[in-house]
Amino acid sequence: MSSAQIEIQLIASLVAITCAIPGTFLVLRKMALITDAISHSILPGIVIGFFITHDLSSPLLILLAALSGVLTVVLVEFIQKTGLVKEDTAIGLVFPALFSIGVIMIAQHANDVHLDIDAVLLGELAFAPFDRFIITGTDLGPKSLWIIGAILLMTLGLLLAFFKELKVSTFDVGLAAALGLSPVIMHYGLMTVASITTVGAFDAVGAILVIAFMIAPAATAYLLTNDLKKMLLLACIFGVISAISGYWVAHGLDASISGSMTSVLGIIFLFVYLFAPNKGFLSVIYRRRQQRIEVSLLTFLLHLGNHTDDETERHVQHLNEHINWQKVKAKSVLDLALKNNMISIENNVVSLTEKGKHFTTEAINYIVTNKNSEIEHMKDRFFLFRG
Amino acid sequence: MDIQEYIKLIFTDYTLRTITLGTAVLGAICGMLGSFAVLRKQSLLGDAISHAALPGIAIAFLITGTKNSNAFLLGALISGLIGSFWIRGIIRTTHLKSDTALGLILSLFFGFGMLLLTYIQKMPNANQAGLENYLFGQAATLLESDVWMMSLVTGICLIVLLLFWKELKLSLFDADYAKTLGFNTKFLDILITTFIVIAIVLGLQTVGVVLMSAMLLAPAAAARQWTNNLAVMVILAAIFGAFSGVFGTAISANHNNLSTGPVIVLVAAVFVLVSFIFSPGRGLLFREIRFRKNRNDLQLHKTLSFMYNIARDHEDISHPHAIKILNNFQGFTKRSLQTLEDKDYIKIQGNMWSITATGYKTAANLYDQLTDKEYE
Repeated sequence: MSSAQIEIQLIASLVAITCAIPGTFLVLRKMALITDAISHSILPGIVIGFFITHDLSSPLLILLAALSGVLTVVLVEFIQKTGLVKEDTAIGLVFPALFSIGVIMIAQHANDVHLDIDAVLLGELAFAPFDRFIITGTDLGPKSLWIIGAILLMTLGLLLAFFKELKVSTFDVGLAAALGLSPVIMHYGLMTVASITTVGAFDAVGAILVIAFMIAPAATAYLLTNDLKKMLLLACIFGVISAISGYWVAHGLDASISGSMTSVLGIIFLFVYLFAPNKGFLSVIYRRRQQRIEVSLLTFLLHLGNHTDDETERHVQHLNEHINWQKVKAKSVLDLALKNNMISIENNVVSLTEKGKHFTTEAINYIVTNKNSEIEHMKDRFFLFRG
Repeated sequence: MDIQEYIKLIFTDYTLRTITLGTAVLGAICGMLGSFAVLRKQSLLGDAISHAALPGIAIAFLITGTKNSNAFLLGALISGLIGSFWIRGIIRTTHLKSDTALGLILSLFFGFGMLLLTYIQKMPNANQAGLENYLFGQAATLLESDVWMMSLVTGICLIVLLLFWKELKLSLFDADYAKTLGFNTKFLDILITTFIVIAIVLGLQTVGVVLMSAMLLAPAAAARQWTNNLAVMVILAAIFGAFSGVFGTAISANHNNLSTGPVIVLVAAVFVLVSFIFSPGRGLLFREIRFRKNRNDLQLHKTLSFMYNIARDHEDISHPHAIKILNNFQGFTKRSLQTLEDKDYIKIQGNMWSITATGYKTAANLYDQLTDKEYE
C-alpha cells in the first residue's frame, strides 16, 4: 500500500464517521432527505465563493456553502410553515431551484471558471491526496484530511456535549421543550452540522457519496438495533467497513471510488434488509405468515368450540368448505392444532382436547376484554409453534 | 430578437420547434402525473427515481454497446421501477420511514450507476459522451422522434387516467374506503407509480437527473394553490408545466450559455412563487390582507367597547370625553377614530369624543352577539 492509498482510505473512513453521526439523527428524525437537498443546494454558495476566492478549498467557500445549506433548511421550513404544501414538497421545490441558479451562474461565467458540476456532485477521491496542506514548507498531509478531521472533532465534541439534549429532542419534542431544552436550537444545530459536513466532504468525495454515507449506514444500523448508542456505533462501523472495502473494489475494477463505496454500502444494506433478525424482510414475511396461521387456528378452534354437540359440523370433510379454506391451508392448520395437542381426531370427527378448550376460552376472553389483538404471551404459555 | 420574430422562428426552425414542442409536452405530462405524486405525498419520489434510473442506462449501454436512446429509456424505466418498488417494499416491511427509503435508493442506485459509468469509461470501445447528458440534461439533443414518443406516452397516460379517473381519485383521497368498496388499490398504486416513473424517464434526457424532481413537483404545487378540485388541478398543472417548458426554452434560446433544463426549472419556480403569493384562496398576500383586516376590525371593536364602558357610567351617553383618557388603552389611532366617526359611532369635536346612540347600541350588541346568538 502506498501512502496515497492509506491517505485515501483514511479520508474516506473519517468522512464515513463524520457523516454517520448526524446521519443517524436525521434518519431518526425522518429528515433524511434534507441531506439530499443540502448537498445539491450548496452549489450556488460554492460558486459565489469560488468567484470571490478562485480556490476550491478556501475556508470562505466552505463557509458560504454551509450558509447556503442552512438557507435551504430555513427556506424549506418557511414554505412548510405557510401550510401551502407538505414538507417533502417544500424540499423538492427549494433545492432544484437553488441548484438551477448555481448551474446557470457557472454557465454564465464558463470562460473564467474552472468549476465542473460533475466534480461537485460526484467528487474524485483519488485526487484528494494530491492537494497538500503545506505550512512554511512542511508537508502536513492532504488538505481534505485536515478539513474532515476538524469537522469530525467538532461533530464529536458537540455530540458528547449535547448527547442527552439531542436524544430527548429527537424522540420526544414535547418533553424536550417542557424540560427547557429548546428543540429549535437542537434542530438548527443539527442542520448546521449536517450542512458543514456535507460541504466539508463534497470536495473530497462528492455530494452523492455524502448522502449515501449519511443515510445508508444509519438506516442499516436502525434495522439491527433500537438503542441510540449502539445505532451510532454500528452506523460508524458500517460506514468505515464500506469505505475501506469500497476502495479496494474500486482499485480492483479501476472504477470510481465513490461509486464503489456507495455500491458496497448498498450491498451491506441489502444483506441486512433481507436477513436482519427482527426487522428484516424475511423475518417480517415469516412473522406475517405465522400470524396468519395463528388467526386461522384460532378461528378453527372457535368453530370447534361452538359446535361441541354437532358432529357433522366437526367432520374433517366438512371443515374446508365451511370455514372456506383451501385444502393445503386447512391441512396445515389441522396439523398445527394436532401438534399442539389442541384437538383430537376420531373417525374423521375433530374435537377439542382439554388444552384446546382451555386455550379457546382464554383466547375469547382475551379478545373480548382487550382492544389489542395480539396474543403473544398466550402463545408463549401454550408453547404454540414449539411442538 | 423581438417576440414576433421568435414566434416565427419557432415555426420555421426545426431544432427550436422540436425543443419547444418537446419541453411543452414533457411539462404537460409531468404536471399531470406530478399532481398525483404531490397529493400522494410522494413529492420526492421523482428525485429518487430519476437518480435510480442511472444504473439502468449504464447497463443498457453495456448490453447493447451503442447509444441507442430507446434502449436507454427501457433500461432507465426498468431500473426506475425496481427502485420505486424497492422503496415501497422498504416502507411496508421495515420501520424505516419513507424519507430514509427514498434517500437510500437515490444514493445507492446513483452510486452504483456511477460505478458502472466509470467502468464503461475504461472499456476499449468507450464512447459514452451521450451518457453525460442524462446527468444534467441537454434539451438540444431532442429529436422529432423523441417528441413523438413523448406525445404517444402522454396520450396513453391521458387515456388511462380518464379510464381509471374515479378509482384513482378515490384511492388518492381515501384509500381505505376504496379498498372496502372492492377496488384493487394495489393495482391502482402500481399503475400510477409506473406512469410517474415513465414520465421521469422521458424527462431525464431533457432536464437531467437533478432537476427532474422539480419538473414533476413545481407545476403541481403551483396548481394546488388555485383549486381544491382534482380535475382542475391536473389540467392547471399540465398548463403550468407546458408553459414553463415553452418559456424556459424561449429564454434559454435567446441567451448564450444558458442550458434549457435549469431555466425551465426556474420558470416553474416562478410559477410556484406567484401562486404562493397571489392565489386568492390560499395565497400569502390575500391571507395577510385578511389577517390585517380582521385585526383592524378587532381593534376597532376593542376601542368601541372601551368607549362604551366609559359612556355607560354617565347618564347622558353622549357626554363628551377627552381623547386623552383613551391613552392608557393602546387600541386606538387617529385613523381608527376617524373610521369610527365615519361609521357614525362617535362624534369628534376638537380634543373631545362622544359616543352616538348608534355607537352605543352597536357596542352593547358586541357582547350580545357572543352571548345571544340564538336570537339572530
